[in-house]
Amino acid sequence: MEKISVIEGVAVPFRRSNVDTDQIIPAVFLKRVTKTGFEDALFHGWRQDPDFILNRPEYAEPRILIAGPDFGTGSSREHAVWALRDFGFRAVISPRFADIFRGNSGKQGLLTGTIAEEQVMELWDRLEAEPGMSARVDLVEKTVTVGELSFEFDIDDYTRWRLLEGLDDIGLTLRDEARITEFEGSRESWRPRTLPVR
Amino acid sequence: MSIATSTEPHSAESEIPDRPRTLAEKVWDAHVVTKGENGQPDLVYIDLHLVHEVTSPQAFDGLRQAGRPVRRPDLTIATEDHNTPTLAIDRPIADLTSRTQIETLRRNAEEFGIRLHPLGDVEQGIVHVVGPQLGLTMPGITVVCGDSHTSTHGAFGAMAFGIGTSEVEHVLATQTLPLKPFKTMAITVEGELRPGVTAKDIILAVIAKIGTGGGQGYVLEYRGSAIRSLSMEGRMTICNMSIEAGARAGMVGPDETTFAYVKGRAHAPEGEDWDAAVEYWKTLATDEGAAFDAEVFIDAAELEPFVTWGTNPGQGVSLSEAVPDPAQYVDPNDQAAAQRALDYMDLEPGTPMKDIRVDAVFMGSCTNSRIEDLRAFASIVKGRRKADHVRVMVVPGSARVRLEAEAEGLDKVFEEFGAEWRFAGCSMCLGMNPDQLAPGERCASTSNRNFEGRQGKGGRTHLVSPLVAAATAIRGTLSSPWDLETAGEEAR
Repeated sequence: MEKISVIEGVAVPFRRSNVDTDQIIPAVFLKRVTKTGFEDALFHGWRQDPDFILNRPEYAEPRILIAGPDFGTGSSREHAVWALRDFGFRAVISPRFADIFRGNSGKQGLLTGTIAEEQVMELWDRLEAEPGMSARVDLVEKTVTVGELSFEFDIDDYTRWRLLEGLDDIGLTLRDEARITEFEGSRESWRPRTLPVR
Repeated sequence: MSIATSTEPHSAESEIPDRPRTLAEKVWDAHVVTKGENGQPDLVYIDLHLVHEVTSPQAFDGLRQAGRPVRRPDLTIATEDHNTPTLAIDRPIADLTSRTQIETLRRNAEEFGIRLHPLGDVEQGIVHVVGPQLGLTMPGITVVCGDSHTSTHGAFGAMAFGIGTSEVEHVLATQTLPLKPFKTMAITVEGELRPGVTAKDIILAVIAKIGTGGGQGYVLEYRGSAIRSLSMEGRMTICNMSIEAGARAGMVGPDETTFAYVKGRAHAPEGEDWDAAVEYWKTLATDEGAAFDAEVFIDAAELEPFVTWGTNPGQGVSLSEAVPDPAQYVDPNDQAAAQRALDYMDLEPGTPMKDIRVDAVFMGSCTNSRIEDLRAFASIVKGRRKADHVRVMVVPGSARVRLEAEAEGLDKVFEEFGAEWRFAGCSMCLGMNPDQLAPGERCASTSNRNFEGRQGKGGRTHLVSPLVAAATAIRGTLSSPWDLETAGEEAR
C-alpha cells in the first residue's frame, strides 16, 4: 500500500446523512471479479440526476468528500471503497462512519477522519461559497483545512500508523505466525470443522 | 498441516480479568492470539469462515498474487447465494457476469481446497441459513463472512460479524483478524409479546429507537424474558439486523433452546465433545454484575406490528401510525433525510400506513427465510387468495428449507394462495439476480434493507415481518394480522 501523509485537492460538500453502501455502489456492480475500474459505478443511482453534485464541472476531479453522519452504513461491500478510490477520492470526512466501511477504507488507503457535525456544516457552507475549492487533509497533523477553517480530525492511532507507513496487514500478522500455530494447538476438539464433510 | 486439539478450554487464563464479564467479552477473551498493546489491535482467532461468490474473488486473487495458501480450509465453507437464479436452476445462468462470478468461486474453491455447496446441492442457500443448518454455527465461537448480515450467527452466543474483502483475504491467509475490542450494549426486552407481534417487530422497533448509527462500535447483547422466549429462528432474525442499527455484531446468551437446536446436526459435536461443549457453553452467559457500556430497555407488551416508511431501517413506525412529517425532526440532517426519503418513497406526511397500497410482497432473505418463517407466513395465507394486484414471491433460505417446506405441504399452500414458490437464494432482498422490483413498484418485504434501489432501481421497500407480509398480500395494502377477520385464531 502507498504511504499517505498529506492529501490536497477538490473537496465536495456532500450534504447527505446515512449514505449507505448500496448508494455508494448498487449491488448490480458487485458481479465483477476485479478490484479496479469501479469509477463508473460510484453513486450510480444519484448520478442519473444531472444536478447531482458530482455531475457538476467544478467537481469533475474530486479528492476529498465531506459527508453527513453515518457514512457507509449497510452492506459490507468493500467495492464501496474501491469505487470512491477509483473515482479519485483519497479521503472522506464525516461526523460518524459505519464500522465495516471504516475498516475497509483503512485496508485500501482511503483516509477516513471524523469531526463534529457542526464542523462539517461549517465546511459545507465554506465549500459551497466557492465551489471547486481545494481542501487539505494532513494525516501527520490530523487536520482538515478549507481556506481559513481548520479542524482536527479523529482517526485511530493504529490505522493512522499503517497509512503513514503504507503497511500490509497480512504481512504484519504473519510475523506472529508462531503464536497462531501455538493458539491452534490449544483449541478444543468440539469446535466446528467444515472438513471432512459430515 | 497437523493441528493438535484438546478438550480443555483455551488456556490463556492469566490474561483473563478477574471481574464479572459479559458474554461478548468471554467469547472475545477466548480468541485472543496476541493482546494488542499501546493502541494496537488484538489478534483474534476465527473459528468459522463463511464464503460466497460476491466478496471473495478479489481475496483469492490476492492470495494467488502473494503465493499464499488458505491456512485452514477445514474452518472454511463456501456456497452460492447472492447471484443465483431462483427459477430454472438446472439451466446455465443467463446473466453472463453473474455466471462468471459463480464460476470464479467454483474455480477458487477447487484450487484452494475449500468445501463448496453449489447451486443444485441440497446444502446450497443463503450463507447465514446454511451455517446454522449444518450445525457449524454454535455457541462460543467466532464467525466471519464477507457479508454484513453475518451478525445472524450471534443468535447462538457466537461472536459473528461481517468483514470486507481485504479482511476475507486476511482470514483466508491467517485465520485471524487484527481487531480492537468492541464496546458492549445491553438491549433488554422484557415482557410478553402480543399475538401477531414477532422477532422482526422487536428488531425494527430497536432500530427505530437507537437509529442506524446507535450501535456503531458496539456488540449488542439481546436479553430479557421476551428474547428468552424466542425460538432460534426468531433470535437469528433479531441478531441479523443488528448491523442495521450500526452494530457489527449482536448476541444472545446460549441456553437450552440453543443447545436443542444445535444437537444432532451434521457438524454438531458428538459424545464427549458434546458434553465438554455444553459444559463450556453454560459458562458463557453474562455474569451477574458485569457492566455494559450502554443499555436500552424495551417493553415487549407495548410493541405492535412494525413497518418502515423511509429509506433506512431506522425510519419505522407501528403499523397503526401514519407517515411522519419531516418537520417534526429537530436535527436538520434528520429532517433533510426524512424529506428525501418521503420524496423517494412517494409518500405524504400524515397518510395512515395501512392506506399504503403495495404492488409486491417478498417473503425471504437471511432475515426471514427459515422454515419457521415460512410456516408463519403459511399460517396466515392458508386457504386464502392473494389480492389480485399484488405479486407474491416466496423464496426459501436454502435448498434444504425448500425440501422441508415441501415435505410439510407449504409449497401447495403458497401456490393455492397465488404466490410464486422459488428456489433458494438472496433473491429480491438485493436483486443481484433477476428478482427485482420495477421502477416505482412498492414492496412489503421481509428482508432487512429499505435503501433506495435496493430491491431494484426505483423500487420502494417497506420492511415487515412474515405475518405482516402475509396480511398485506391478502389485503393489498400494508396490513397487520390483526386486520384479518379471524386474526385472533391465526396470528399465533
